[in-house]
Amino acid sequence: MRGGTQGRRPRTRRARAAPAALAAALLLAAALTGCAADDDGRTTLSVGTFGVFGYRQAGLYAEYERLHPEIRIKENVIERSDTYFPQFLTHLVTGSGLADVQAVEVGTLHDLAAGQGRRLEDLSRAPGVRRADWLGWKWAQATDPDGRTVGLGTDIGPIAVCYRKDLFRRAGLPTDREAVGRLWAGDWRKYLDAGRAYRKRAPAGTVFTDSAAGVYNAAIHGYPERYYDRSGRPLYTGGPAVRAAWDLAVRAAREGLTARLRQFEKPWDQAYANGRFATVACPPWMLGYIKEKSGDAGRGLWDVAPAPRPASWGGSFLTVPKAARHRAQAVALAAWLTAPAQQARLFARQSSFPSTPASYGMPELRDARNPYFGGAPVARIFARAAQGAPTLVIGPHEQQIGTAFTDVGIPQVEQQGRDPRAAWAAAQKEIHNAVDE
Amino acid sequence: MTSAPPTTVEDPGAEPAPGPSHPPPAPGRDRRAAWRTRRHRWDVRWSPYAFVAPFFLFFSAFGLFPLLWTGWASLHRLELTDLSRMEWAGARNYLRLLHDEFFWNALGNTFTIGVLSTVPQLLTALCLAHLLHQRLRAATFWRVALLTPYATSVAAATLVFVLLYGRDYGLINWALGLAGVDPVDWQNGTWTSRIAVSSIVVWRWTGYNALIYLAAMQAIPDELYESAALDGASRIRQFRHVTVPSLRPTILFTVVVSTIGATQLFGEPLLFGGAAGQKGGASHQFQTLGLYLYEQGWFGFHLGRASAVAWAMFLILLLVAAVGGLLARRLRTDR
Repeated sequence: MRGGTQGRRPRTRRARAAPAALAAALLLAAALTGCAADDDGRTTLSVGTFGVFGYRQAGLYAEYERLHPEIRIKENVIERSDTYFPQFLTHLVTGSGLADVQAVEVGTLHDLAAGQGRRLEDLSRAPGVRRADWLGWKWAQATDPDGRTVGLGTDIGPIAVCYRKDLFRRAGLPTDREAVGRLWAGDWRKYLDAGRAYRKRAPAGTVFTDSAAGVYNAAIHGYPERYYDRSGRPLYTGGPAVRAAWDLAVRAAREGLTARLRQFEKPWDQAYANGRFATVACPPWMLGYIKEKSGDAGRGLWDVAPAPRPASWGGSFLTVPKAARHRAQAVALAAWLTAPAQQARLFARQSSFPSTPASYGMPELRDARNPYFGGAPVARIFARAAQGAPTLVIGPHEQQIGTAFTDVGIPQVEQQGRDPRAAWAAAQKEIHNAVDE
Repeated sequence: MTSAPPTTVEDPGAEPAPGPSHPPPAPGRDRRAAWRTRRHRWDVRWSPYAFVAPFFLFFSAFGLFPLLWTGWASLHRLELTDLSRMEWAGARNYLRLLHDEFFWNALGNTFTIGVLSTVPQLLTALCLAHLLHQRLRAATFWRVALLTPYATSVAAATLVFVLLYGRDYGLINWALGLAGVDPVDWQNGTWTSRIAVSSIVVWRWTGYNALIYLAAMQAIPDELYESAALDGASRIRQFRHVTVPSLRPTILFTVVVSTIGATQLFGEPLLFGGAAGQKGGASHQFQTLGLYLYEQGWFGFHLGRASAVAWAMFLILLLVAAVGGLLARRLRTDR
């Protein structure tokens, strides 16, 4: 459920040990061939996921097994989506080694649907699935031009800004979350203005935000058309969204507003522990990350404010391959796992934010206050962003295009001190190499 | 196992030798004996093949077939997102590599990092082996200690090195700070990152090579050293004029093996690069051929292109082997 339309970021969130993941994948492939054996009269459904989806942790599998005594659920987890996805693709083509339900990250959804959509179930007509339950844009992301919906939305990544109250106070900025939100409401450029104000009186050894790539991601996900327009024409060579987000990120880097870190790498974790930066663009899944890395020392220091513009960074879907061994039962399970009540429970347990607005009024969200973040009404803040987020147009090579900016272009400016124009050219060359065929 | 009778070495066509234990052959017994010899002949001829067959079966399934299929795939446009569609592309993937600056960059990096890691690694290994060859207390302990890095997994080792080389909180920068040197951004610098990656390789493989050298050194006859000592040669001169020349074939072997390893370098730079490891840094400053192959195939999903990179690597290795063979012959005639 790890968000990231640029998929790669969050998917590396949990583990960075690729060989370990690879070994796990091999073991899994071996295990998969032997799974779904129906003994003792029960049907074993397998669910393939990457990272931590939290269904087991939230007790959802156990409850489903209680409701359906004839079903048993097995989860096959691969840590990284970049190991998971190629494997899923090969299994889909060969029609073997597949789990009954397979999770897909939004950044790879288009590549999957375009190449292999016909090998996936159309879930829009599945019993118990009500299109109206989902956010319109979330539903639209998994629906192809023929009206086939190949994935049921799970979590989304509405963006807020997490900030350190203690650092803000020492830098002479407001600390109340509403006031902080007003500082930059409506425009990410105002976020940089706040950064400049922060820099003037910044506590020693701290900077305003963690990374320029984080700023880029937060900003670009607020635009409906990023890398492609609605007719499928490419915009990555200089569309308005790309340009605006790039300028923002480059300015943040050049003005020294960032800690020059790369998200989801060790130094970033260490910077959380050392309180080196004051703000970070944060989707719901980031809350748990901050809590883990900042530890007890950070309790009560962090708070959550609305982001300048509503946006959603990442999110996942559940799909059912047509070659699944227990297709009908798998569809029923996917529908149940993504229904509003279950998504609300997942939020309460795992902070995965529901893609079903019907969940937002449920007690798990309505009354949710995060004690670590000063008792912030996190669900209300995220729900507002979720409902305002645009329908992101998803095109081919999303991941590769995104990383050309966040892993090549922007770090060249931020970390290597290259001229922004040269870095832009490098990013374009990178995209050209990835897309050109 | 063979069920060969104890007469294995006899000429199968020979008559059974007469003797007290061999009563005159009855006609039925004769036929049975003929059958036995025939079976024996088949056994001798075909059993060896049966014994080696498993290797060849596995090799063709997991070695030869992928190799050939990769070659076939490299002549097609093939995307991981749609594996059922293979479009003939001829030499296009290869021609493309000729103009692919990312490929040439990766090739250059592979060479640079290869030299940066192989040369210090073998020199250090030679010195270490020389030290270990002396009379030492707890020699076994030192030998085992040398092999420890080799036994460590790449992942574990590299993750530790990533921490050591950290820009803000790394141990190495901390130590440099004590010496009054400004912190170094190891990962983002062009040469610093290559040196860092090389150091991981050196750390892992030096002990392994040292043990190989040590084994070879122990085969050098003591008389050579004794006569050198009688001639008044110092320890260092003995090393240069007795040890090193005797080790020549071993050194050549380690050079070839290390070169092959360097050409396939993958895990260390991948993990050193962190979350976007397959790119080998923001400007691909430490992207090796292995990483480029991985990026093309498993991150960009261009399997055809990745196959072409794989075959290019294979050809480069053949070239390296040829140069190594040539060198070996030169060394032999030199003597």
